[in-house]
Amino acid sequence: MSTVPPEAIGLAALDDARIKARAIRETRQDAFFRGLLFAAAALVLIVLGAAACSMLWGGRLAFQTFGWDFLVSDEWDAVGHRFGAFVPIYGTLVSSAIAMLIAIPVSFGIALFLTEIAPAWLRGPVGAAIELLAGIPSIIYGMWGLFSFVPLMAEYVLPWVNEHLGAAPWIGPLFQGPPLGIGMLTAGIVLGIMVIPFISSVMRDVFRTVPAALKESAYALGSTTWEVVWKVVLPYTRSAVIGGIFLGLGRALGETMAVTFVLGNAHQLSLSLLMPGNSIAATIANEFSEADSDIYLSSLIALGFLLFVVTFIVLALARLMLRGLERRDGR
Amino acid sequence: MNRLKPTVSSIARGLLRSVCLAGLAGAAMTGAAGATDVTGAGSSFVYPLISQWSTDYNAATGTKVNYTSIGSGAGIAQIKAATIDFGASDKPMAAEELAQSGLAQFPIVIGGVVPVVNIDGVAPGKLRLDGAVLAGIFLGTITKWNDPAIAALNPGLALGTAAISVVHRSDGSGTTFNFVNYLSKVSPDWKSKVGEGTSVQWPVGVGGKGNEGVAAYVKQIKNSIGYVELEYALKTGMSYAALKNHAGNFVQPGLDTFEAAAASADWASAKDFQLVITDAPGATAWPIAASVFIIVYKQPKDAARSKSAFDFFRWSLEKGQARAKELNYVALPPALVKSIEKYWATEIK
Repeated sequence: MSTVPPEAIGLAALDDARIKARAIRETRQDAFFRGLLFAAAALVLIVLGAAACSMLWGGRLAFQTFGWDFLVSDEWDAVGHRFGAFVPIYGTLVSSAIAMLIAIPVSFGIALFLTEIAPAWLRGPVGAAIELLAGIPSIIYGMWGLFSFVPLMAEYVLPWVNEHLGAAPWIGPLFQGPPLGIGMLTAGIVLGIMVIPFISSVMRDVFRTVPAALKESAYALGSTTWEVVWKVVLPYTRSAVIGGIFLGLGRALGETMAVTFVLGNAHQLSLSLLMPGNSIAATIANEFSEADSDIYLSSLIALGFLLFVVTFIVLALARLMLRGLERRDGR
Repeated sequence: MNRLKPTVSSIARGLLRSVCLAGLAGAAMTGAAGATDVTGAGSSFVYPLISQWSTDYNAATGTKVNYTSIGSGAGIAQIKAATIDFGASDKPMAAEELAQSGLAQFPIVIGGVVPVVNIDGVAPGKLRLDGAVLAGIFLGTITKWNDPAIAALNPGLALGTAAISVVHRSDGSGTTFNFVNYLSKVSPDWKSKVGEGTSVQWPVGVGGKGNEGVAAYVKQIKNSIGYVELEYALKTGMSYAALKNHAGNFVQPGLDTFEAAAASADWASAKDFQLVITDAPGATAWPIAASVFIIVYKQPKDAARSKSAFDFFRWSLEKGQARAKELNYVALPPALVKSIEKYWATEIK
């Protein structure tokens, strides 16, 4: 820095024209680069829009024929050509809700254990195991569900549930029915186990980002581990945690193979979680190849569009919730 | 996580490359094998047989027959779009529909549907049902195994008081079509409330995907009843029911009773072989026998391919039927083979 080489002096003396030319060139490059990035981002929107439009177009016959009835009718009659999406929509939402009820607390526990409590030598293996779980194909979960988990549910869990919860006030009707082992509750539990790795690995990663200084200050003030987690770690990472939860929820809503194995695939509306039901993705996977009339095919595509809409609404609600939380915190 | 990334992406790249190579190899192979190759698609029920035939036929003549199992409905759609040389369907097309598209159809092999049950202590073939009771069970009007209607058919068989769990197909299927076609024929209640089709609105029960799905559900759920192709009923060692046929006799499912059904069916008066052979009149006929139909163009665009396809069908009917028996399909009765060959001579250009 102390001595300036002679060439540099020569460079500095270059005429204005070359500097200008270079500035123009670089502005152009920048504009090109900006355009490229814009195109990359726009591609997502175009693909999203095109997918939604083509499904809406494919399902137009169903929407025209049945109108709003398509959303609220529980009929699914391929012989009489009458279709309604209520049973699959209900099944999709309920099985995902059960999955979330199980997956959120368990994932939270796993993530906290790994970041706050587990000894260092255990963190690596357990963390790797969770990531491996995320890599198991969903059909394996489905087969495990049908061949190992369903008999367990039918033999031991459901008779107990039926006896002890079936007679309870308010929630009783949810737990009445024959112990088939196949049904909404089983599907929800299998789904829950499936999404745990997704939610817990996101939670673990964000819990790690909490500055040690914050946690240590709280400990220094005499906080218990629970207080540190509840009052320091969670508020600091809240938006990312909710993001992780909705990543898992998005996966649960669209899951096909694992659900179709254990859900029962029956177009019957039943309040009981022990009874078989159907989900949007399972219905499409089961019936698409043999949909032998135009209105049948169109109804299935319309179902696909509705899954799109349901997912969109759920994610939009998550965003709103997040914004509400942030506003409350004055951020 | 980060350390994993390069490995994951390199695996993905490797996979992509091998898929591309396989695709190229596939394209090269189809390109190399002459113009007389035959392609067909449709019924998944007949797939094991046609693919076995195709191997045998290729060994005997050098002609390749490619058959993809995409489902009967999709097979009909593909032949209508003329993307394949023949379609195969478990459900016959109506004569008017055939005429509209310039298509012809004929049966190629017989199979059948068998009710399977999972009741402790009931050996295969011991439970006896008739059409009305079977329809009642699948309608949900007969809900317990000790229902008087079932007990009347099964004197001396202890069935217990358990509730019946019904298992049906969740996907559209020719198996379902033949099963509900039978129920519609024997039960006016079924006909008016549910009807017939490749998928119907089931009043009760859980749905399994494919024959294997129904078989798995019936095995998992105690006191359940479902329906599968014969092959699955025999192979999986499940308990199946004997059925009362049109002539009033109880018959066991098997190749002989399926054959009796095919032989006693009234093929002669069925235009374009449009006949579902359920509830056949023969004394020993199995009531839910089914035939698989081949659908072709009457005036094919490519004469060479069509000739090659018909050579294959002729070979199948004359030499391939022994192989069919090995795989638990039923050979067509000789009289029917004759009328099919006559149909070819008069209908196909």
